[in-house]
Amino acid sequence: MAASHEPLLRIVKRGESPFKLKIFVRLISVLLALVVDALFIYFVTGLNPFSVYTTMFQGTFSTAMRFSWAMRDLASLLLIGIALAPAFKMRFWNIGAEGQVLMGALATAAVMVYYGGKLPAPLLYTAMLVAAVFAGALWGYVPAWFKSRLGTNETLFTLMMNYVAIQIVACCVNIWRGQASGLGKLNMKTKAGWFPQFFGQRYNINLLVVVLLVVLMYCYLRYSKQGYEIAVVGESENTARYAGINVGKVIIRTMILSGALCGLTGFLIVGGRDQTISTGTAGGNGFTAIIVAWLAKFNTFYMALISFLLIFLEKGAGEIASAYNLNDFASDIIAGIILFFILGSEFFINYKPIFRRSRHETITKEVG
Amino acid sequence: MKKFIALALAAMLCMLTCAALAADLKVGVIVVGDETEGYTLSHMNGIKEAAANVGLADNQIVWKYKIPEDQTCYDAALDCIGQGCNLIISNSYGHQTYMVLAAEEYPDVTFVSMTGDFAALTGLDNFKNAFTKIYEARYVSGVVAGMKLAELLESGELSAEKQPNSFDADGNVKIGYVGAFDYAEVVSGYTAFFLGIRSVVPNVAMEVNYTNSWFDIDKEAAAAEALIAKGCVIIGQHADSTGAPAATQKLQDAGTLCYCVGYNIDMIPTAPTAALTSPTNVWSVFYTQLMNAMINGEEIAADWAEGYETDAVKLTDLNTAICAAGTAEKVAEVVAGIKDGSVKVFDASAFTVGGQALTSSEVDMTIMDWATMTVAYEGAKYEAIVDGAFVESDFRSAPYFALRIDGITEVK
Repeated sequence: MAASHEPLLRIVKRGESPFKLKIFVRLISVLLALVVDALFIYFVTGLNPFSVYTTMFQGTFSTAMRFSWAMRDLASLLLIGIALAPAFKMRFWNIGAEGQVLMGALATAAVMVYYGGKLPAPLLYTAMLVAAVFAGALWGYVPAWFKSRLGTNETLFTLMMNYVAIQIVACCVNIWRGQASGLGKLNMKTKAGWFPQFFGQRYNINLLVVVLLVVLMYCYLRYSKQGYEIAVVGESENTARYAGINVGKVIIRTMILSGALCGLTGFLIVGGRDQTISTGTAGGNGFTAIIVAWLAKFNTFYMALISFLLIFLEKGAGEIASAYNLNDFASDIIAGIILFFILGSEFFINYKPIFRRSRHETITKEVG
Repeated sequence: MKKFIALALAAMLCMLTCAALAADLKVGVIVVGDETEGYTLSHMNGIKEAAANVGLADNQIVWKYKIPEDQTCYDAALDCIGQGCNLIISNSYGHQTYMVLAAEEYPDVTFVSMTGDFAALTGLDNFKNAFTKIYEARYVSGVVAGMKLAELLESGELSAEKQPNSFDADGNVKIGYVGAFDYAEVVSGYTAFFLGIRSVVPNVAMEVNYTNSWFDIDKEAAAAEALIAKGCVIIGQHADSTGAPAATQKLQDAGTLCYCVGYNIDMIPTAPTAALTSPTNVWSVFYTQLMNAMINGEEIAADWAEGYETDAVKLTDLNTAICAAGTAEKVAEVVAGIKDGSVKVFDASAFTVGGQALTSSEVDMTIMDWATMTVAYEGAKYEAIVDGAFVESDFRSAPYFALRIDGITEVK
């Protein structure tokens, strides 16, 4: 009866999965997702699943304009993911990207409001950039300082800093909107501080920056001494100390970097995309980017892929809702099922399910 | 004979092109909510009704739901254009600054920013604003509430002895109003409502509570409860949820004497024995005019504002179970008066500002960029008191009556 001690299903961690297996598992997961989604679409919404999938695809790919919007939104999400990567690799749970982006955005907006039209354009852009990077870095530095000096919990601290940032932004927006009912675009008349078109495309500057940073951050984390220190601190602080690494210094330095990149994102969003500020400027990307960074295990190239997938699903869901007059809850479910399966596939890549076998196969297990 | 054939051909051609124009019209609709939110629902219904009136097919309308007042609005407009739309409508005020950007870039497409206020100042002939004269319906809803108040006072159900809390030191009956924001749009509305009540019951005083949100059931309910706790007998509202009527019904059930006037939708299902009526916009009037103009290639006004004269505003069904006797007749009489001009909502002899009669009031249509304190769009100044009344929605469609008249206090 010994075999009955063995559960029906056991989960075993795999070693490094072979590349072929990874591809296979992911393909299966997408196929399964499409099948389950088809059932949902057919039985709940009564639509033809194939035409819904075509529509979903069109959300990103039907026109050059839509594709450029997808790229623009991908740029914001991916940049925050890149900003978070060093902090998370260091096992510093920076949940505060939303606030760091907002502070960068706010600093940019403030420079636009108070110096727009007063400074020559190159100087204005520089001032916006410097202010944004500084503000973001400050919002990253504060929790890092407290963590390294007083051992405070960075998860709660960075999370709370988001709410502080949101309230500061709300307050400034309320001041700037004056007697109007909303803030609207900043410098509507002069367009001071608005990014110019670049190679004929409105959002090319944002894209260019993100492409550069994908490569730079990859190299920084993988090949630089500082990147190595981050990895060691993340694995074990004691090991890092034993190896002579100043842990507090690495924490502070890394969080300043993380915050500064978030601030840079705020600058790109306000100057290059929105030309205004609101509490929704970061749009929840500060939290979504955590998923991006983690799923990609801090590999910035994978992060680009995952960001693309998320944006593709978001745009697809929006298009489904619009094209079929569906409530967006339904279209979000359709996109959500696909995301759920793809996230789920990571489990099967990292773990192996083992079902209870017949007696003679499990006999070796009875030693203990 | 030749002439006849030529004429017939010309007529046919004309009909063909007209029909072709109807088929050519494609409308992009950008709305801030969806069918679950009353304000947007009323716009959606208005557009659907107008589309049916002019013979537009379903596939000639592209819907963009839940579009916030940010860059998303601009994207949505461009996306509609990409799908072949030549008329873009947005329904929320804050969409305006994004619509104007798209309007600058696409001069062949007509953009209508509902409730916006600067289209006429931009100099773009493809950019329009429209708003109903909802203050007229608010005035009439005030008359309905006034009739109820008069009935309560006459029957003795409401008296200083029984409800001392409901009368202020000067013996005025207390009225409450749940407002969204302290903009002209809300000020104009509550003042009209107050003047409507006062046209029936002269000694009333009103307190306005702001929620700082257009749609917040809890805040609106809390504001209404606070006002009723202070003794307010009638609760009016200019915010989009059912919060205030629900709260009024709850307190009435608990034994307090209170009634309410809703907004947008019939509140009787929410507050069966408390809601008297609701002023509401009949958006289909404008949308039908707009679509017809587009189809016939006619110019539409950059600032469209109509009220009872074309039935672009109205009251929802009166709650006959609780409304005072003769209310329907009185409503018909006041509406007829508004239509023929004998009743003026902002009759300057009916109110004072700072204790003074109002003989002159300058209104400035300039749109400021408040952040930088510069002029965004230069507008003209007008004398708003004409023939002894403040003329609202004439110089532009969006309300600009922002005077604080005596008898109303605001709590911010």
